[in-house]
Amino acid sequence: MRTIALVKRVCIQMVRDKRTLALMMVAPLVILTLLHFLISSDPNTPRLGVNGAEESLIDELKEKELKVIPFDQLKSPNQLIKEEDLDGVLKMEGDQLNLTLTNDDPSKAKLLQTKVMQAISTVNAKEQATNLAQFAEDIGQQLPNTPINLIQLTMPEISTSYVYGNSETTFFDQLSPILVGFFVFFFVFLISGIGLLRERTTGTLDRLMATPIQRKDIVFGYLIGYGLFAIIQTIIVVFYATKVLDIMLVGSLWNVILINLALALVALLLGILLSAFANSEFQMMQFIPIAIVPQVFFAGILPFEGMPEWMQIVAKFMPMYYGGNALVDVMYKGFGINDIKNELFVLLGFALVFIVLNIVALKKYRKI
Amino acid sequence: MTSTIELIQVSKSFGKKNVLNNINIKVDAGQIFGLIGPSGSGKTTLVKLIVGMDQPSSGQVQVLNTQVPNLKLLQSIGYMAQADALYNDLTGQENLAFFASLYKLRKDVQQERIAYAANLVALTSHLSKKVQNYSGGMKRRLSLAIALIHDPQILILDEPTVGIDPELRKSIWAEIVRLKSEGKTILITTHVMDEAEKCDQLAMVRGGEIISNGSPAALKSHYNINSLEEVFLRAGGEKDENNRIS
Repeated sequence: MRTIALVKRVCIQMVRDKRTLALMMVAPLVILTLLHFLISSDPNTPRLGVNGAEESLIDELKEKELKVIPFDQLKSPNQLIKEEDLDGVLKMEGDQLNLTLTNDDPSKAKLLQTKVMQAISTVNAKEQATNLAQFAEDIGQQLPNTPINLIQLTMPEISTSYVYGNSETTFFDQLSPILVGFFVFFFVFLISGIGLLRERTTGTLDRLMATPIQRKDIVFGYLIGYGLFAIIQTIIVVFYATKVLDIMLVGSLWNVILINLALALVALLLGILLSAFANSEFQMMQFIPIAIVPQVFFAGILPFEGMPEWMQIVAKFMPMYYGGNALVDVMYKGFGINDIKNELFVLLGFALVFIVLNIVALKKYRKI
Repeated sequence: MTSTIELIQVSKSFGKKNVLNNINIKVDAGQIFGLIGPSGSGKTTLVKLIVGMDQPSSGQVQVLNTQVPNLKLLQSIGYMAQADALYNDLTGQENLAFFASLYKLRKDVQQERIAYAANLVALTSHLSKKVQNYSGGMKRRLSLAIALIHDPQILILDEPTVGIDPELRKSIWAEIVRLKSEGKTILITTHVMDEAEKCDQLAMVRGGEIISNGSPAALKSHYNINSLEEVFLRAGGEKDENNRIS
């Protein structure tokens, strides 16, 4: 009953504070929308300046969805790139091909390089084929009675199929499950943490300790009170991401909500726990770069296998590592509840540990 | 007479700093017991030890013959902190109702007690206002109302009349005296001497020690002086002299 009184009070305070409420409910949507349009927009076609190349190569380059701009006179490639706003310059001198890449955007430069390589090898292959046919014809003329069966090499048809996603999949599709989880985590952390911090700094927590309330009543009161808002936020964010932004969702929506709720629970408890070690809102903010930002790195944005071994161990202590992976599994790979139940259990384990730590941390205010 | 609050050789230190030194206090039931002393003398720490919000470094605190801290005991203690600890974004009514439900008052009792406590501190007409719009004095009064909300056996008031105008102070004191007549025990800290006169027993705290105690009249006759203020200065001076000698 004391817990219910606390829950009621947290709800009244939260509903009165329209701005915080808006931050919690709307801010994640705004950020997700921005990222959605930024990341999934088509990259513009690379512009390649060409000098001294053969017609066949230029045609082949054009086939590769490049904007090919021939230049007769070539000063220095670097200068040309700057003047004409190019992504690269291909220059042929005799048998020597020189490719200069701008490389202001490494991923774009890599793509351009690959395309140029492909074009060159296609041209070479075609030339080889023509030469071979010529050679066969010559031999046929010199040895008229010999039947020549030149097996025409045809390019094998390649059909690509995908285990996860499809040819339309963008980076955002893989990233967005993690972002959805992270925003839920971040905003719940911030608001619950500052909520309890305010109670500490205004002295009301001290005052509560002069009533027969138990420490666990306070922890559960906060957990349920802010938890209700975290649930609403989670549902809004998940629905917005999947229905409005149309982020790829292969698995069940309910599993996505379940994982996010587990994440919100952990964030909430972590928030009120860390607020015990902050004396002001500003000090609470200082926990963001220490406790929250590193979580993103381990959430699946950077490949886990590539990490040094000790970093992989660190990752195991990050709630977002489990949350992020489970979300990618469900939203992108379409896994079911059985495949993510381990992650869910670990998150609940985190929550349980944090609940105990929170109850212990309140001993600072009253020993019993 | 049974003692309601008893402190036996209580000392408290924060880190290396000694805040309270070997305090012995006995408060009898149905008394108004005053703790007087300058700011920083350790009054608030003493009060917090009695409520159980802090634990003594050594010694014992007993309230109603129960060892402090004890959760059940808090049900019989009404506490008013020196700094107003109120929820500014809630109304007066909501603040009172919140604390009332922490004491597990029944709904009908809750209504009754809120009306009573608000009326006592003359806040009835302001109950639906948010506390952030209250004046300093109104906040003090609301804090007092919260301390009274569960009709506690023991009232511990840490400087209850600071920032309250004389008229209201008078009515609050009248109420304290009335509560005493109901058999309640009241422990009050103050540094206003005319309030000290109204107490049955006094303990003067200075530098973490009790330098003198007894009824106001006894204290005055002991030092052969008419005003408590002078008693306080005299007792303090004696202590300083002792310190200088030792």
